[in-house]
Amino acid sequence: MLEIEDVSFQVESDEKNTEILKGINLKLESKKIYVITGPNGGGKSSLAKILMGIYSPTSGKILLDGEDITYKDISERARLGVGYAFQNPPRFKGLTVRELLELSTASNPEKVNISDLLVSVGLCAQDYLDRDADASLSGGEMKRIEIASVLARNLKVAVFDEPEAGIDLWSFQKLAESFRHIHEQYNTTIVIISHQERIFELADEIILLKNGTISQQAEKDRLLSVIFKNEDCLCTNPCEKGMANDAQFAR
Amino acid sequence: MLNSLDKHMLETIADLHAVPQGAFNIRKNGKGVERQTTKNIDILTKLDKPGIDVIVKPYTKGESVHIPVILTEENLNDLVYNTFEIGEYSDVVVIAGCGIHNNGSCNSRHDGIHTFNVRKGAKMRYVEKHYGEGDGTGGRILNPKTILEVEEGATVEMEMVQIRGVDSTKRDTEVRLGAKAKLIITERLLTDQDQWAESKISVELNGNGASAQVISRSVAQGHSKQNFYFDLIGKSASFGHVQCDSIIMHNAQVFSTPRISAQHSEAQLIHEAAIGRIESEQLIKLMSMGLTEKEAEDTILKGFLK
Repeated sequence: MLEIEDVSFQVESDEKNTEILKGINLKLESKKIYVITGPNGGGKSSLAKILMGIYSPTSGKILLDGEDITYKDISERARLGVGYAFQNPPRFKGLTVRELLELSTASNPEKVNISDLLVSVGLCAQDYLDRDADASLSGGEMKRIEIASVLARNLKVAVFDEPEAGIDLWSFQKLAESFRHIHEQYNTTIVIISHQERIFELADEIILLKNGTISQQAEKDRLLSVIFKNEDCLCTNPCEKGMANDAQFAR
Repeated sequence: MLNSLDKHMLETIADLHAVPQGAFNIRKNGKGVERQTTKNIDILTKLDKPGIDVIVKPYTKGESVHIPVILTEENLNDLVYNTFEIGEYSDVVVIAGCGIHNNGSCNSRHDGIHTFNVRKGAKMRYVEKHYGEGDGTGGRILNPKTILEVEEGATVEMEMVQIRGVDSTKRDTEVRLGAKAKLIITERLLTDQDQWAESKISVELNGNGASAQVISRSVAQGHSKQNFYFDLIGKSASFGHVQCDSIIMHNAQVFSTPRISAQHSEAQLIHEAAIGRIESEQLIKLMSMGLTEKEAEDTILKGFLK
């Protein structure tokens, strides 16, 4: 279980402090999928980065299975079983997809077939394993490899920051299958940051984060009816079908 | 006779674990110490100046020539002129490289001037590794000059690698490509401490259909300095691409001066250059897989210089 106790996070900009997260309290259980959603600028990605140790909270505590990991760095958290998939994954000149995935599977005691991993995110292993994970790959391809690199590890907590962005519908379905597979087979706590309704469908619970605070947390069906009260979008600007927009979150 | 230090140096610069198959010429401390020729590859000592002539017969396929140089004494100034005749339609690998082990307080220096005539339709892969080591304060200096005349339809793949320990290097590479000749140069360079490196690569695309690709990657650490000069000259309907990337760390300095010159309306020339430090997101990504920051940095650099 991952417990977030009264976590706040401030950043200094233009000589003034901006509070990104305000007293967040969450208990995220094993073998559950949590989707954290909410308007842009609400603090979702900051919270995800705090879970991985990329950002340090200004105050509060983070406990993993009762152990205080608040001041553990990224590597230490990774070795304790926390993983993170970037929204915009970095590229590596000279590092092949195979090498990247092998680094990822190195800590997994279970034998993982990296070709199967690529297939699970909609990529043909034969076409990708020996390619460099660099700018020669598209954003969507890198994104899928990034997700595969997290799926490769048998994690206690896996955090995905907008995993669906840049992924086509077919690959998304493969990705959704992978999330469901982890959910069924392992005790992993899956945390997904997303705006997409199709991602909400995977959730056991949805957490609505607005203005740095948890506005609502409930089982999927209960919270979906709140977010999508009406089928028609109320936004004055055109928005992508299936994407909860700021107007809907505002209701 | 080669001692254990010599064997270690040969293994490092030329991947030689035993006496190589095929032709070879091993030069140690300014003198040739072992040589072997084959039916198709001859090696002759030059009579007018220090160095050798390597002659590969036309249509020779699948053979290799090792010509490593090792310096294990201080206060040496070794200058050598090697000429290579790569016969028509042959397909060979030439493995050069120089290693300096200097435990003294005086400099050890090797200047290797290599001239290649790669004849019509031939295919040559040329690998050159440079390495320095030793506890002394004397400098380890390597200055290679490589001149390549590549005839019609010939292909040259050139790998130039400088791994750790060379205090000063001035590399000069000149290539002239005939019609439909193809060149791929891969340069890898690492400097640290107060080391200095300069690399000049000049490629003339003289014949129609000639193509050249130069991929240069370097890492500058410590207080080291690197200077790169790339000159791509299109004199025909040809294609040339130079891509140079450097990772800069600590207090190092990197200077890159590209030049592309089109002297024909159908010459297509591209130059790309980037200098930057290791991206923090790259480190974070690898650390999020359980690597320490140092391990992540080493993994990124190893891949980059692969």
